[in-house]
Amino acid sequence: MSNPLDQLASALAGGTVEIVDLTHTLDPDFPVIVLPPEFGQCARFRMEEVSAYDGRGPAWKWHNISMNEHTGTHFDAPIHWVSGRDVANGAVDEIDPSVFVGPVVVIDCSEGAASNDDFELTPEIIDAWEAEHGPIPADNWVLMRTDWSKRRGAEYLNMADDGPHSPGPTPAAIETLLKRNIRGFGTETVGTDAGQGAHYVPPYPAHYLLHGAGKYGLQCLSNLDRLPPKGAMLIAPPLKIKGGTGSPLRVLALVPAGSGSGETK
Amino acid sequence: MKRQSYDGVVLTAPVSVPYVRYSQETAHWWIARALKQTLEVASLSPRQLDGFSVSSFTLFPDTPVGLTQHLGLSPRWLDSIPMGGASGVVALRRAARAVQAGDADVVACIAGDANRIDSFRQLLSSFSRFAMDASYPYGSGGPNASFALIADAYMTEYGVTREDFGRIAVAQRANALHYPNAIMKAPLTLEQYLSARPISEPFGLFDCVMPCAGAEGFLVMREDEAQSRGLAYARISATIERHNAFPEDPIQLRGGWAMDIDELYEMAGCGPESIDLLQTYDDYPVISMMQFEDLGFCAKGEGARFVRARDLTITGDFPHNTSGGQLSAGQAGAAGGYLGLVEAIRQVTGQAGGTQVAKARTAMVSGFGMINYDRGLCSSAAILTGDGV
Amino acid sequence: MTDKLLPPKKKNPQLRQMVPTLPPQMRSRAALGLTAAAARGAFSLQHCQECGAVQYPPRDACCACLSVDLAWRKTPREGTVIAETRINVSPDPYYRERLPWRSGLVRLSAGPTVLCHLHGDVGRGDIVLMDLKLDKAGQGVMIALPQERSPDMADDPQLRELTAHPKHRRVLITDIRSPATRPLIEALLKAGASQIFVGESESWRRGSDHAAIAGLDKVSVMPLDVSDPSSVKRLAAEIGGKTDILINTARHVRPGGVLGSDTVFAREEFEINALGLMRLAQAFGPGMASRTADGVNSAVAFVNLLSVHALSADPQYGAFSASQAAALSISQTLRAEFRASGLRMINVFAGPTDDEWHQPLPPPKVAPKALAMSIVEALCEGLEDVYCGDVAKDLEERWRRDPKVLERELAGGA
Repeated sequence: MSNPLDQLASALAGGTVEIVDLTHTLDPDFPVIVLPPEFGQCARFRMEEVSAYDGRGPAWKWHNISMNEHTGTHFDAPIHWVSGRDVANGAVDEIDPSVFVGPVVVIDCSEGAASNDDFELTPEIIDAWEAEHGPIPADNWVLMRTDWSKRRGAEYLNMADDGPHSPGPTPAAIETLLKRNIRGFGTETVGTDAGQGAHYVPPYPAHYLLHGAGKYGLQCLSNLDRLPPKGAMLIAPPLKIKGGTGSPLRVLALVPAGSGSGETK
Repeated sequence: MKRQSYDGVVLTAPVSVPYVRYSQETAHWWIARALKQTLEVASLSPRQLDGFSVSSFTLFPDTPVGLTQHLGLSPRWLDSIPMGGASGVVALRRAARAVQAGDADVVACIAGDANRIDSFRQLLSSFSRFAMDASYPYGSGGPNASFALIADAYMTEYGVTREDFGRIAVAQRANALHYPNAIMKAPLTLEQYLSARPISEPFGLFDCVMPCAGAEGFLVMREDEAQSRGLAYARISATIERHNAFPEDPIQLRGGWAMDIDELYEMAGCGPESIDLLQTYDDYPVISMMQFEDLGFCAKGEGARFVRARDLTITGDFPHNTSGGQLSAGQAGAAGGYLGLVEAIRQVTGQAGGTQVAKARTAMVSGFGMINYDRGLCSSAAILTGDGV
Repeated sequence: MTDKLLPPKKKNPQLRQMVPTLPPQMRSRAALGLTAAAARGAFSLQHCQECGAVQYPPRDACCACLSVDLAWRKTPREGTVIAETRINVSPDPYYRERLPWRSGLVRLSAGPTVLCHLHGDVGRGDIVLMDLKLDKAGQGVMIALPQERSPDMADDPQLRELTAHPKHRRVLITDIRSPATRPLIEALLKAGASQIFVGESESWRRGSDHAAIAGLDKVSVMPLDVSDPSSVKRLAAEIGGKTDILINTARHVRPGGVLGSDTVFAREEFEINALGLMRLAQAFGPGMASRTADGVNSAVAFVNLLSVHALSADPQYGAFSASQAAALSISQTLRAEFRASGLRMINVFAGPTDDEWHQPLPPPKVAPKALAMSIVEALCEGLEDVYCGDVAKDLEERWRRDPKVLERELAGGA
């Protein structure tokens, strides 16, 4: 077969390539990032019925929805952060669509995150991954698996008097990934940074360094335990919002059958 | 200035259209029936009638003006007397002066009201502005509750018992048994009165009138006119009328008669001892008792002793409400303000039939009406004389 | 002495729930002065400005001197019962269901004779204190109360018809995070509330008093976010049928004027303060309105907390004031819509509350406990508009006197 997509089609039909949904349901009660109250806040997902086969619209049902660009499973564009404000084509509507489909590697931090809410992704962990799976190829998405997506309710933000506690990368880890020239970085937590990421230098290193370098972010991902460490393909196209800094989106992965890691093995 | 007498003016052709408890018919229908009857008695055609006085609560949206077209009348004198229980005497006062002055030759005075299911409740809720604002919202007992309060204070003040009120009710029922149009046709004992179910304490069932539909009427004309038509008639010796008397009284223990009674007797040239029979406005026995006092038949506070000493039946020594009054004949709205007057005309003209009081020549009729808020505001009275049988 | 009101028995599910009926509600325009006074707990009658005669029933001209200059003035409450009756028969559907009903005539020390409802503890000859209260039709009516308060006097069935007393009733407080919620729970339980539901939004945020409140006897914490239609509907589906009193403590307040701010905070304020009220009313209102004749624990009141700046804007809190004006307007519409059911819409107006969002403001500020006491008093007395604290009372007074002058004063520099 000369058309490679024909091969993909038959692989999908034959079940040798599976589609894994990495997206949380958009739900009004799904947590969003919480900032100190004097700051503007991230709007929660909201849905109001416009009609439901009734006097407001006899044959149809539909809703008005509203949310922030960074509500639910979402994509961060470079202009989201001050460091990326001048990045060329840094808004979601300007990004080359080829970015939205590409290879993905998964670094499994779930064991450490299970025992330490403030678990850090460090260069050493990246080195160890590379020792096992080879160097992270350039222009790959890198996802940090923590199984955090399995948490519910207050456990998810894990807010305490000194702020939220959730795993994330150290500044050095992000610098290491930038040296690999990755396409973007994604997490299962509410942000690409650790809950306590404000205390790093620079604060929020994933946001600051990645977006400053024109890279992308994905957060609130789920089902990362169903992805192989490498060899999967990520499909993550944000909505084409004019000047948008990010967007809720449906994130899918194409996975060779039987290659998932973690619990599904 | 001395008031003019009513010489030369008479009352005649008294008619009562038999009452019914509930009726689909309108006030127009009831008034038409009374008018037709009274004109027929005098052999007058509707076209000949040049004066018309109407009392009714249930004509809405019409007024007596609308009635003239409805009934095909062309009067040159028209009156509307919205005074409830005082309407009869007030209507005759107005009509008598009109006839006396020549403004009208014959005035038909008619009162009639409809009574449909629920129309009583609707009437109560919008009876007056003060009632709507300040009495009906407090339990919606209607006049029963308002007069129960008056009775409560009256009993306390003068040491009156329910038995005393019962004597009035029982005597009237005895009279009603001789009046074929009475709604109540069974005898009433004092025991039954006392043990009746409570309506608004201290009132029980037999303190209260039964709302019904009906009409009453009579004609006012010159005496020579009545004579030429061969009609029996009554003369008017004296009348009084008063509204909102004693506003400073915290509660109504006396009516407006107390202001004007001396003038009534003076004009009539007689005293209470000359009265052969009395027709009071009996929306409740307590109000009749109040009239015995205020009309001079006994001193204030002596009403209870008076009823214990006197026999109020047709054959008694103080014939009172000889057709049974509203308590036994029924209350047909504004016609209740005519009931005693029409009966009095029959009595002094010897036409009362089964209720006829022997040798009745002088009758007193009193009216009382319109509980606007906490008390009846209108009072009226008249002394009529006739040639008897 | 009034008999103690017993808790309601479990309902017989085979009996039809009573359909709400109302006492007579037609009034003249003048008589609405009684309603206006009763709504805020005042005892006012018309006083002739020329001769001083006190008038009753309300009228359009003085019955002593014919002056038309009649003004509503605070009036001494004392009077003597001069007659009483127990009504056993009434053609009115509302009273038919509540017979016997006692009423009486009271001679006021101020002059007029007043036909009024009688509290069970008073009768002919007694010296009484008169009160003006709103009845189920939302109209001002007179009731004669005993001079001496007794422990269970609020349980009198005729008085209870005129109040929204929490005793034996189940209350929903919509926001666990409001500083007023904790003292409100305590005050309601003290007043005899049988159960209290407390709404909690975004339980994933923590930071609420959740554990302490959820642990209280007779208190349940339930998920509720007034900015989320589905959340409001979900809770109404669960407890709407047993919510007798709803107290909306949810509010969002941020300082700032209109210029120099974007509309993000304003939107959040409107979402919670105005539209949240609408959502609560839409989800809980119809069910409550259908249960206003449901016995001892009938649905009785919907309480909304407002800033007194709903009346006139505080430019330091521009968008917030606007959201409060909107909420006031919504509450007025709800009042009209609840009218047919007898469900009472109570607005409790407060000045700046003693919380983080009014921290830099000078005192006096309304303590959460004072706010809670005002709310429970409004329920116990059956008020419709309550001004809690000195600032709110002062501002209301100034607003009544001249709204334009107040507006200029609030604009500063005056």
